Amino acid sequence: MSELLLPPEHRYAKIIQEHHNEDGSELSVLNLGPTHPATHGIFQNVLLMDGEKILEAEPTIGYIHRAFEKIAENRPFYQITPLTDRMNYCSSPINNMGWWMTMEKLLDIEVPKRAQYLRVIVMELARITDHLICNSILGVDTGAYTGFLYVFQFREKVYEIYEEICGARLTTNMGRMGGFERDWSPEAFRKLDIFLRDFPIAWKEFENLFERNRIFIDRTVNVGPISAEKAMAYGFTGPNLRAAGVDYDVRVAHPYSSYEDFDFIVPVGKSGDTYDRFCVRNAEVWESLSIIRQALAKMPEGNEFHADVPAYYLPPKEDVYHDMESLIYHFKIVMGEIPVPVAEVYHSVEGGNGEVGFYLVTDGSRTPYRLHFRRPCFIYYQAYPEMIKGAMLSDAIVILSSLNVIAGELDA
Amino acid sequence: MALETTQIQDKLVETFGESVFHFNQEKDLFSLEVAADKITAVILFLKNDPTLRFHFLTDLCGVHYPDNVVERQFAVVYHLHNWYENKRIKIKAFLNGEKPEIKSVSNIFLCSNWMERETYDFYGINFIGHPQLKRILNMDEMISHPMRKEFPMEDGGRTDKDDRFFGRTPQKDNK
Amino acid sequence: MSDSNITMVAPPEGVVGEGFFATKLNDVVGLARANSLWPLPFATSCCGIEFMATMASHYDLARFGMERVSFSPRQADMLLVMGTISKKMGPILRQVYEQMAEPRWVIAVGACASSGGVFDTYSVLQGIDKVIPVDVYVPGCPPRPEQIVDGVMQLQELVKNESVRRRSSPEYQELLASYNIK
Repeated sequence: MSELLLPPEHRYAKIIQEHHNEDGSELSVLNLGPTHPATHGIFQNVLLMDGEKILEAEPTIGYIHRAFEKIAENRPFYQITPLTDRMNYCSSPINNMGWWMTMEKLLDIEVPKRAQYLRVIVMELARITDHLICNSILGVDTGAYTGFLYVFQFREKVYEIYEEICGARLTTNMGRMGGFERDWSPEAFRKLDIFLRDFPIAWKEFENLFERNRIFIDRTVNVGPISAEKAMAYGFTGPNLRAAGVDYDVRVAHPYSSYEDFDFIVPVGKSGDTYDRFCVRNAEVWESLSIIRQALAKMPEGNEFHADVPAYYLPPKEDVYHDMESLIYHFKIVMGEIPVPVAEVYHSVEGGNGEVGFYLVTDGSRTPYRLHFRRPCFIYYQAYPEMIKGAMLSDAIVILSSLNVIAGELDA
Repeated sequence: MALETTQIQDKLVETFGESVFHFNQEKDLFSLEVAADKITAVILFLKNDPTLRFHFLTDLCGVHYPDNVVERQFAVVYHLHNWYENKRIKIKAFLNGEKPEIKSVSNIFLCSNWMERETYDFYGINFIGHPQLKRILNMDEMISHPMRKEFPMEDGGRTDKDDRFFGRTPQKDNK
Repeated sequence: MSDSNITMVAPPEGVVGEGFFATKLNDVVGLARANSLWPLPFATSCCGIEFMATMASHYDLARFGMERVSFSPRQADMLLVMGTISKKMGPILRQVYEQMAEPRWVIAVGACASSGGVFDTYSVLQGIDKVIPVDVYVPGCPPRPEQIVDGVMQLQELVKNESVRRRSSPEYQELLASYNIK
């Protein structure tokens, strides 16, 4: 049961015994978590404190370890998406699409342009919702509940769009090998247009609530800064890294799914503190909205939504009842006996928190031999003890919030 | 000038000779194998060399191959990335099945600290020189290493699910 | 306001007189408790996000008297366990449950909390009823906010009809003893 009680030979116990303040006060140990109202997810930090100031922290994770990588070794390839959904559950379409792109890289499947553009739209919607949650919860942690309630209404609108596309709200299990499972209905496009019309107004109001708000600035500027070199050494990617000043974005460095056709900037901060992370996420939402508009404008004609790979993509049900080949393909795909080469492949996408990578080793059987998820939260959370050194306790909460640590992705 | 895979291969072979082998371009990823005792030297070289500049460790994980010969039953896989040239590289080091150990790279790349702990947790690979090698995701009291192939996925002691209905018997392989 | 279309909830059974209303203590206490439950959201994973959606303005949970979520177990009546509970987390869940004062109720939201869900693995507790007694199970992965609200309403029915003496009854003591909860 980890370090819920401090044994006498623990490092902190020794430090407390040896350290003496001038005024006679002692150092203390505070246990933050695992269940704490302000930590968004379950992770524990045992803090060594001098009054309100934090001297050291020892994190413990694994309270929601669900053994995804072990499960993945026992599931056919198309059953891995429910696992990827539940990693970063605030932006599950990005993880889903990342997995399908990994499979397409493995199998050399070429996805048609229209399906790629649709994927871009849904991934950018997911990125908007992820940043929406992160920034509004950062607001809640600094005491501003209104932003959260106001902006969450738009997350409901995006849920409605997801429902039109795939049927589910949160854990979307969206897409298939080579595209989507069904074409987007006109209703989905209509809801998307309404969202694009209404959301920018709300987001502008949300930004106005915080960005020049004296209280918010006092609470977030110079809180938890991290330098660019430290960030790169700790494996930061995503908005946390860009807030430190490094403009690495997987969409630009290794473009996938036609991202090279779109024109967008990668917002970058300066000092890597909480305020910069907040502003970078705000700016990324604007960029995502612009990408969605460009994709809608440039969408190719027609209604092609998947690649023509009958060996991997379920044929239409009407054909299965009449056509022998479709029947055989349907049977083989559902049984999982799809032709898979013996290979190793690594593919990554730009998730809401950074580079989400999939390292897949296959051995020709119907399940992956080894599937490893490169989870950005797990990697950058290592820097948290260093970021809160010397900060006050309330700052530690705000820093944790701005890092957008999602427990599902942390523990997998 | 863009960094070519031939350049990488030549520089590595020139510095390390026999310890680097099996160069392979797998889809868009250049990969190679390294002898396990030279791993820290190779990774430090890749990071510090002014033309190679693989300054970012993207990922570190382990793989278990119980069907291989004993000297190659565990593998540790390093994915490095050069952001200046947008070049990725994958390095695999095979380890002995009975006593898997390899030097830790946590003093070269700070982010490998937890990744090595996770690999130790899942596979039991000992990372020599790691500052705090203990379990990270599983319970501290656990004795076995769950990602090894012989370890079952389901909890053997669960009472509410009857394995017969899932088409499997508890002792056999679960594929 | 005779032509308004507001329907009043029927009062509990009782004797009405001039200036008094006599009914059973059970009914009044049940009514009061049911409409003022203070939840403790024990959100671990994806179901937690659906809970956030339930608490937000669209599927407002504050209408049921749950505006004030309590994060301190000592001040909460209802433990909403949302998300997967792993074996590492089990003792912590139990500690939180033990700290709650009677009367306390537990809702297991989601498939993972009810029975382990999709995750039939070595590290996941196959249902929180292995460690604490549960009153209402809400299935779904994740359940829609309407389902969570339905679960809460079912709990409200349970609370309304519960006897005031239940917590000291031998059956309840036996239930707690079967979980080794003092």
